[in-house]
Amino acid sequence: MIRHVILRVMAKMLIPLILLFALYVQFHGDYGPGGGFQAGVIFGAGIILFALIFGLEPAKAAFPPRVLEVLVAVGLMIYGGTGIAAIVKGGNFLGYGALSHDPVHGQHLGILLVELGVGITVASVMSTIFFHFGGRGRKDV
Amino acid sequence: MIDLIHIFLFTFLAIIAIVVIRMRDLFAAVMLMGIFSLLSASLFTVMDAVDVAFTEASVGAGISTILMLATLSLTTSKESTLYQRPRPLALVVVVLTGAALVYATFDMPRYGDAAAPINHHVADYYIARTMDDTGVPNMVTAILASYRGYDTFGETTVIFTACVGVMLLLGGARTFYRWRRREDAGDPEPRP
Repeated sequence: MIRHVILRVMAKMLIPLILLFALYVQFHGDYGPGGGFQAGVIFGAGIILFALIFGLEPAKAAFPPRVLEVLVAVGLMIYGGTGIAAIVKGGNFLGYGALSHDPVHGQHLGILLVELGVGITVASVMSTIFFHFGGRGRKDV
Repeated sequence: MIDLIHIFLFTFLAIIAIVVIRMRDLFAAVMLMGIFSLLSASLFTVMDAVDVAFTEASVGAGISTILMLATLSLTTSKESTLYQRPRPLALVVVVLTGAALVYATFDMPRYGDAAAPINHHVADYYIARTMDDTGVPNMVTAILASYRGYDTFGETTVIFTACVGVMLLLGGARTFYRWRRREDAGDPEPRP
């Protein structure tokens, strides 16, 4: 853990806000700037900031690498699954219009799900890559 | 006013780029690259491309700076200097290529030109239909996730593949060597 008080206190105050802002960007992407990719990167940056300030081990305890590795695939599967669901419902692959009775609602739902998948994948990819980089050259990991 | 902001941003971008090239301290170079990304993000904001600016600020100024710093912490933060004789031919090639590129920009449509081909291929359809087709006010999101859903799917797969590659290169080898070390030390632990 870093001993600088200012850094630690500021990080403690900022990290929840960063994670909350990531969720805002994720679910507000339909209406304002942003979307899954940006939200994922911001969420990953929050995790990385946590790891930088409080150390790699507490970060791995809070965000277990095993879970993150699974989430990397889960996000992509949500995206692909949305496409498959559209086929099952009688439309084309990734043709969200078929997801609901009203095509516009279906589009909205599809975009929301797809962005969620992108966000999950990007956030877990960013933190996984950082954990792998940060854990190199140390004996304790 | 907007011209002043443009001149300010472009001047700083050029200065930072030159300083980064001449810098031998890699730590400072990485920090300057982060500032470079942040200035580019401001430039995109001035051009009304908020989504791109968002991505540039979070990826360019945030994540890649951190990954560069993580790499520096594993290696050294000084660039090894190697004196090379000045090569006049290389200079000529670089200047000619640069001149050709600058000459090519004269053929490009002016920034924000409504008659430019890029603004008439499918853009008209998107602008006219997005709200009726998807009900999503942010056109960028609608294009990325719905009209260009295949592209974004591919993009996400690329990110996924990059992560798998990093895990194989950095993580997989480590567990393998740890297992082999244990075996060498005569510690018979079952294979994972």
